[in-house]
Amino acid sequence: MPEHTFRLNGEQVTVDIADDVRLLWVLRDVLGVTGPKYGCGINVCKACTSHLNGRAVNPCAVPVGDLRPTDEVTTIEGLPATVGADLHPMQQAWLDQDVAQCGYCQPGQIMAAVALVRRVAEEGREVTEEDLDGIRNICRCGTYPRIREAIKAAAEATRGQG
Amino acid sequence: MSSSDPSTPPGPGARGVGRRRFLGYVLAAPTLVAAAELGRAPGAEAGIPSPEITELTDLNDVMTAAALPTSKLITVEVDEDGTVSFALPRAEVGQGITTSTAMLIAEEMDVPLDRVRVTLADARPELMFNQLTGASNTTISTYTPVRVAAAVARGRLLEAAATQLGTAVTDLTLKAGVITDAVGRSIGIGALSAKAAGIRTEQVSVELKRREEFSVIGKPHNRVDALAAVTGRKKFAMDLDVPGAEPTMVCRPPTINGKVGAVANPDEVRAMPGVSDVVVISTGVAVRAKTFGQCIDAVRALRVSWKPGTAEGKSDETVLRELRAAEPPLGLPSPARSVEGEFTFHFRSNSALEPNCAIADVRSDRAEIWAALKSPIVAQQAIAARLKLPVGAVTVHVTEGGGSFGRKLFFDAALEAAEASRKTGKPVKLMWHRADDSRQGRTHPMATSRVRISYSGDTVLSYKQRHTSVSTDLGHGLGEMFTAMAAKLPVGDIGFSETFFQLTQSMPYDFGANSRLLNETDKGFNTGSMRNVYSPDVTCARELMVDRLAAKTGKDPYAFRRDFLRDDRARAALETVAETGNWGRSMPPGTAQGIALHSEYHATSAVLVEIDCRPETVNRPVRNGVAGPRVTKVVFAVDVGLAVNPRGLEAQMMGCVMDGIALTLTSSLHLRDGHFLEASWDNYFYTRQWNTPPELDIIIMPTSTGKPGGAGELGVAASMAAVACAYGRATGTMPTTFPINHSTLSFEPKPTVPPIPQSPTDGLDHVR
Repeated sequence: MPEHTFRLNGEQVTVDIADDVRLLWVLRDVLGVTGPKYGCGINVCKACTSHLNGRAVNPCAVPVGDLRPTDEVTTIEGLPATVGADLHPMQQAWLDQDVAQCGYCQPGQIMAAVALVRRVAEEGREVTEEDLDGIRNICRCGTYPRIREAIKAAAEATRGQG
Repeated sequence: MSSSDPSTPPGPGARGVGRRRFLGYVLAAPTLVAAAELGRAPGAEAGIPSPEITELTDLNDVMTAAALPTSKLITVEVDEDGTVSFALPRAEVGQGITTSTAMLIAEEMDVPLDRVRVTLADARPELMFNQLTGASNTTISTYTPVRVAAAVARGRLLEAAATQLGTAVTDLTLKAGVITDAVGRSIGIGALSAKAAGIRTEQVSVELKRREEFSVIGKPHNRVDALAAVTGRKKFAMDLDVPGAEPTMVCRPPTINGKVGAVANPDEVRAMPGVSDVVVISTGVAVRAKTFGQCIDAVRALRVSWKPGTAEGKSDETVLRELRAAEPPLGLPSPARSVEGEFTFHFRSNSALEPNCAIADVRSDRAEIWAALKSPIVAQQAIAARLKLPVGAVTVHVTEGGGSFGRKLFFDAALEAAEASRKTGKPVKLMWHRADDSRQGRTHPMATSRVRISYSGDTVLSYKQRHTSVSTDLGHGLGEMFTAMAAKLPVGDIGFSETFFQLTQSMPYDFGANSRLLNETDKGFNTGSMRNVYSPDVTCARELMVDRLAAKTGKDPYAFRRDFLRDDRARAALETVAETGNWGRSMPPGTAQGIALHSEYHATSAVLVEIDCRPETVNRPVRNGVAGPRVTKVVFAVDVGLAVNPRGLEAQMMGCVMDGIALTLTSSLHLRDGHFLEASWDNYFYTRQWNTPPELDIIIMPTSTGKPGGAGELGVAASMAAVACAYGRATGTMPTTFPINHSTLSFEPKPTVPPIPQSPTDGLDHVR
């Protein structure tokens, strides 16, 4: 079986599996990294949202064979290390707003939110209501209003630091 | 009725021994284990059927009363590291009961909240009816027993400290888990646990804190599992590492509940990469593989011939005809003037984001199951029967659930996992694909509701509602509970569903003679008690007709409701939302306010919404989704009697609002030719960020009854109704079919063979 190597949460990992197995299953079933959740398998619910080289990606739609050895995959487990802290400011905002209910979608929500705030900052503007309306991650518990508050608070905190 | 009422037979555990004194236990154990019996004296009494039986007794009273004869102990344990442990015999599925339960213990024991560890108990068959998580009953039924056990522990710790320090208990204070005497000497409760332990089990009497003394209960607290949730450390069933349990999926029929005829290529599929097993089970063909991705490939490669299911050839139209034929008559119109309406509510999915799933390890003489289960005892019994094992040989672990909305009352995946593990002879980690969850999973049944309100001048003479529904499956334990309690209920012999209906549907208005009846038809669908069960549809129909009656009689919808309300709590909630939401403010054409209310679970709720139905809003561009009218503002008032955790209550109401918006505007299943067209979240339009109200104000009313009511489902009904009323007022047309967009199919249906879609491969093109 082919070997695939890529960087996962700061470490080089190598797996022995067919090219077309989607990254979500490599993470969850092979490597035991269970933060990214299954919610649809067709890239519409966004529960598996993680980062590829700092951008939002949905591992359910990425064949592991598409990854290069230098590609950096970050899951919720590796998010705090990207800022060298115990918690990323977005996670702290999530705690402050007590966003999670069942919690199943929340790793994906947080990863999507971090990518959104980064993208918006790169565009040199503030997060708008339209940006928030455009988040496609489903939360079946309906935590949407607290998600919006948390993202606005984290964006504010991050800008304050920057 | 208070528990010290002399006419009440003494109930175990919480029986009255004077005001606020309760009996608990200290159990024989090496460290301190305090206990109380779950279940308390019922408020329910058999009586004469009345037009308002929900005032005599409601569903929660039945659930609480059902526990009495069989209650067993729940235990609070003090560990030597100073933490306090409690195994809650309920399911946490997001509703926040581990947090509120930890708060009850922290309050009564004076320990910090973060020193209380609440876990979920395995199935405990001896608890019988007392391990069912449903009908928003958890806090109602556990509020007193949990505090009694904690108070017993507190008392024993103080006694042990007094002995240790050679001082009187009255000279000691317990604060933040540390006991201190008058001269400042202190001992942590962990160090006292062994000394406070019982040598033999004994009964003790305790006094609970008075409400004025509360410092934890009633104060907003963040969830105890929040850190685990935001770091990805919270473990759901599919995240558990059970040795040998490999991914397993089921190839399912193209129509609802179809059965396997023959499998043409099992060996070919067994030879696919990663695949270890292909076995026929009662619901389809199970495949076990190294990864779920390889399960998907295998399911899609299977060539199966299928036998018919239980809804062959049926569609929305044919089911609507069945419902119309089954509608109980409204009777001849009275000579008085009346308003009348008929409403249709389409099938809806109660699929949670965590799909149906379970881990099973079945051996020849025993089985072990892991799943989020709200009725673990019934699950255990059903699995034991399916495997032909004694109940005691089946261990059922209750895992944290990724949402429920009624879905986890059932144990469909656990039964399948048990069967697949038995047939493969290996442990399995079985998960439904989202397409399975959408198409073969439980639904809120399609229903019609007919309402007639007769009036004369300013007096309402009568209210009649006839609700007709595809049968709701209550076979998850609630039905069994009703059977056992049937003779004691004031409703006669009317069956589970009608009993449930009568016990949950209240009439908040002084509308003269009123009758509300349920008729059910067609058991061919996989249905269940979706969040708030019958109430959203029934309330929506009622509130729309109240608006119509107000219009007919030239009254303002808010003033009309206020004047006819029978209950002060409901009136206060209604007035609060009207004032806070500035009811009656001038709004542009195409936009409007709506107002509605609903009481249940010893609680009440009122909602004011504003909606924007202008074309530029309705037609705003949303990729692969439904835009539609936007609810722009929601003001929600809730009175649960006593809010244990206001922050958690607010979260539950927020979710209820999102559900109500979806039920009125966007979310339904379309039945065509024996199957549902919806196969995933890009077909089923639950509320998304672009549907979320930009303004949401949730107001928790001051403590009223002083006792907690139910909260997890309370807000759905009034939210759905208020959105519908606002839509009717904004467009000038009362909506009669729900959701309002049902007649427009907003997606291209996915194939039914193979039953699940392949995962895309273009993920890298969408990195952003």
